[in-house]
Amino acid sequence: MGAIGAGIAALGAGIGVGLIGSKSTESIARQPEATGDIRTAMILTAALVEGAALFAIVVGLLDVLAQG
Amino acid sequence: MKASLRLILAVLFVGSFSIGSALAQEHSHDDDHGHEQHDDHSGHDDGQHDDHAGHNQADHSSHDQADHSDHGEAAHHAHSACDPHEEHGYDPATVTLGHIADANEFHLFGHFAVPLPVFAYAPGEGWTIGLSSMFDHGHTAIDGYVLNHGRINRVATPGFPMDGEVQLDSEHVTTKSIEVNGKVKDVGFICYDGNEYQLDAPSTLDGGMLGGGLTSFYDFSITKNVFTMLLAAILLIWLWTSIARKYKQREGQAPRGVQGFFEPFFTFIRDEVSIPMIGEHKYEKFQPFIMTIFFFVLFCNLLGLVPFFPGSANVTGNIAVTLVLAVLAFLVTNLNGNRHYWEHVLWMPGIPAWVKTILTPVEILGLFIKPFSLMIRLFANIAAGHIIILSLIGLIFIFGNSGESFGGGVVGVILGGAFTAFMNLIELLVAFLQAFIFAILTASYIGAAVEEHHHEHDEDVAHAHAH
Repeated sequence: MGAIGAGIAALGAGIGVGLIGSKSTESIARQPEATGDIRTAMILTAALVEGAALFAIVVGLLDVLAQG
Repeated sequence: MKASLRLILAVLFVGSFSIGSALAQEHSHDDDHGHEQHDDHSGHDDGQHDDHAGHNQADHSSHDQADHSDHGEAAHHAHSACDPHEEHGYDPATVTLGHIADANEFHLFGHFAVPLPVFAYAPGEGWTIGLSSMFDHGHTAIDGYVLNHGRINRVATPGFPMDGEVQLDSEHVTTKSIEVNGKVKDVGFICYDGNEYQLDAPSTLDGGMLGGGLTSFYDFSITKNVFTMLLAAILLIWLWTSIARKYKQREGQAPRGVQGFFEPFFTFIRDEVSIPMIGEHKYEKFQPFIMTIFFFVLFCNLLGLVPFFPGSANVTGNIAVTLVLAVLAFLVTNLNGNRHYWEHVLWMPGIPAWVKTILTPVEILGLFIKPFSLMIRLFANIAAGHIIILSLIGLIFIFGNSGESFGGGVVGVILGGAFTAFMNLIELLVAFLQAFIFAILTASYIGAAVEEHHHEHDEDVAHAHAH
């Protein structure tokens, strides 16, 4: 169950990070002079999305370890 | 600078192939001595139990219970740790988790290990001080302490001689899953004088996750993680004081040498992290803290990627370490919070009172969730990276059928080596990225705490939620 949960968490985070990446690339293409600001915001948001996925992965890992 | 970065990349690329062979020796050694993972519950010697009934101690009850469940279940396959037993081959999960855990020695290969100082304290028994080499790779027990896969454990079963040096029957520590207080746990057993003795849990915070719990002793030893943290701290102090001296000496001149190598990092942290997140007027007060966090995490991450002696410790992939870093970030943020910050947390202005009753608990929870997410993010990223690399190295032993198939082993070395080299490069990126993310998020939390009210026009990600 832990592995399945981690997989679903990775799926959600993957969609989220993909959206962040696509939108920020579009923004940079539209406004190349704002590249620095957009990149910082992108990394920050990606870290927050990834954090949610990592919570799920840690819970999944604990599940796997608890079962031995 | 680009040339030197390329050189470092090249060295790491070549180096990652050598990890394969280095770890190969280490694993084959582990396999030689049996990484036993028994599911069966072996019965304790009843005679031994009676013999030492007089030595009743606090842990006796749990031992008793374990004993009881042993006899209740799985009696069909009575099998003691002291019996000769067949080898079980390579177990990827045990080996991987063993390698990301902390240890009391730097294991190199075979019977070669760099010993580390041991300071163990047991209430009522006093201190045990020495080098981890005194355990003779698990052959010797000192004051009831034994080395279990590089980690100090204490014998829990009463009747074991708890004073001085004792020769064990073998350096084997047999791990079995037994039921302790209603929970199935992995417990180690050693052999002395033909009898089996149960081991206590190791004494660390990460031991809770990796099968530990309450224990009968305190381990203040300089472990792998502690050693690497001290090394990172000494490296940082030495580099930074010499660079600071350079800046004073060569004031107004272009940076040179090491100073020139690190200057882009300094200006990056100042211009891309501190100033945008904290603000131009207040960043100077927090710049040392942000820089310390960034470089300490970065150095620990990079040392963790080095597969042999001075590195090889999984420091930032240890939740106790990231916990302390997160607590520091929490303290600096909240001790510097101004009136506006606490007003926004406790009684958000400009919204109806009934919304405040919902929002205030959420904001107070948020105070703790922010450092909690810092802790989990760094820990999970680094630990996951180490697990992936160790699993890829493990392909060698899975393909090679634990040393029985040479051709499979060769395929495993090529495949696992290539993937490991690739993962190492990704981990190099992650090492920088996670240090950066830890620093920028800490800076953004501090920025939200010290922000002045009239700065509402320059909204950014950091404090958008506060308005």
